[in-house]
Amino acid sequence: MFQDISTVFWRDWVVLKQRMKTFIFSRMVTPVLYLVAFGWGLGRNVQVEGGSYLDFIVPGILALNSMNISFNSVGSPLNMSRLYHKTLEEYLVAPISPVAFVLGKILSGTMRGLISSAIIIVLSYLFGARFHVNIQFALIVTLNCMAFSGLGFVAAMLINSHEDMGNFSTYVLLPMSFLCATFFNISKLPTVVRTIIELLPLTHCTYALRAIGAGGNAPLASWINLIVYVLVLVGVSVWTMERVRK
Amino acid sequence: MIQIKGLVKKFGDRVAVNQLDLEIGSGEVFGLLGPNGAGKTTIIRMLTMLTRPTAGEIHINNCTLPADEEQVKAMLGIVPQHFNLDPDLSVGENLELHGRLHHMAAEDRKLRMAELLEYVELQERVHDKVQSLSGGMKRRLMIARALFHRPRILFLDEPTVGLDPQVRRKLWDLIRRLHSEKFTVLLTTHYIEEAEALCGRVAILEKGKLIALGSPEELRRRTGEYVVEWTEGDGRETRFFHDRSEAANFAGTLTLTATIRRSNLEDVFVEMTGRKVID
Repeated sequence: MFQDISTVFWRDWVVLKQRMKTFIFSRMVTPVLYLVAFGWGLGRNVQVEGGSYLDFIVPGILALNSMNISFNSVGSPLNMSRLYHKTLEEYLVAPISPVAFVLGKILSGTMRGLISSAIIIVLSYLFGARFHVNIQFALIVTLNCMAFSGLGFVAAMLINSHEDMGNFSTYVLLPMSFLCATFFNISKLPTVVRTIIELLPLTHCTYALRAIGAGGNAPLASWINLIVYVLVLVGVSVWTMERVRK
Repeated sequence: MIQIKGLVKKFGDRVAVNQLDLEIGSGEVFGLLGPNGAGKTTIIRMLTMLTRPTAGEIHINNCTLPADEEQVKAMLGIVPQHFNLDPDLSVGENLELHGRLHHMAAEDRKLRMAELLEYVELQERVHDKVQSLSGGMKRRLMIARALFHRPRILFLDEPTVGLDPQVRRKLWDLIRRLHSEKFTVLLTTHYIEEAEALCGRVAILEKGKLIALGSPEELRRRTGEYVVEWTEGDGRETRFFHDRSEAANFAGTLTLTATIRRSNLEDVFVEMTGRKVID
């Protein structure tokens, strides 16, 4: 099993190594824009929860960026592999289990998410943000990356056109990017809306990173939320691999 | 040996494969011949576990599908109709990935890569991206990849479709070489001359049903080895004969210009179904 997971991961690592420079530079664009617009621009005159707006939004930017990168690192290439290049068949006819394939892909998406998160942490410090980074912080980002790699896997296996993959991002990821406590405190939102938002993993990732970044601990509810999402999405991913042969 | 009993595949109400029974012996080059939509690719997909059958049994070398899936996967080499090489990897990396997926040791992968790239004459292209290869080269690489883990059974789904005649002949030589090395080869094709040139036995399929089975020679003999062909009105007429003199006598009775030629599998197909393999 471990050998099969590492084979799936190896393939994605070979591809990433070839494009590492492009990957790193392209991943810097969005966070730099967010940091300039919301940190330096809008944030200069805004105080949130007694601190600077820049310190407030950095955990949110980290959460949403790791979500986007992990989702797109798995979702788009896998959807292309299944529908266009048909390279998924090479794995389906090989003696490896669906679980190994799913875990290999999720780990690969997580790795990309973590690399881009590391870039944002460095950039945020350069922009003057102050926050603590420790093992707990890294684990929360890892869980977030795993959850959204899993979501990318499920979307890639269930959605039957590349255009609809784009629509999925527009209707699911984009609203989450802005609503899941990333850029503002959601406590003043209507109760129904807030309750729905608080069920989403990105909200808990943001809460947890904000708490750890400020020198505290991640809330237990956030750990549970993220772990449950990871387990459910890995399970559904395996189911989609079984289903593809029907 | 491959044994197929009562195999059925339905997609909704459409029956793609209808009660197929077949036995393919070890070391045989066996052809599935039929027009597009005859069910050839669906049969290959069921044999390779890419699609689950609706009903029926598949046994490969005393293993049963899907129960013995892992063992069967190790025995099979698969060359699909479409190019499914990884475009982000080089020639060598595509083979390396295949070897890793089949749990081959690093040293073995290295030796096998050198051996097979030489076999398919791509040793100079090992570091090139697959996107830079021609269609014929890609097909040869796919054959090398299918053979990489030393399977004994090779499935080739329309192996020469879209290739120019010269490249097609080269691939035929490669398939003949595999046959001489005792590989069991199951190939699908809608090219009559390909089935005749390569296959020891052929199953002719029409709308998912087996309509004829035998060697190309047997099938031609059954229908008639000689054909008298003439044009009448808007259509082309044919009549089959078992010997040439009977055909010549019949042609002599026609007032129209007629040609006499040896029959082929296309004639067998037309005689049985009333339509051509490629309509």
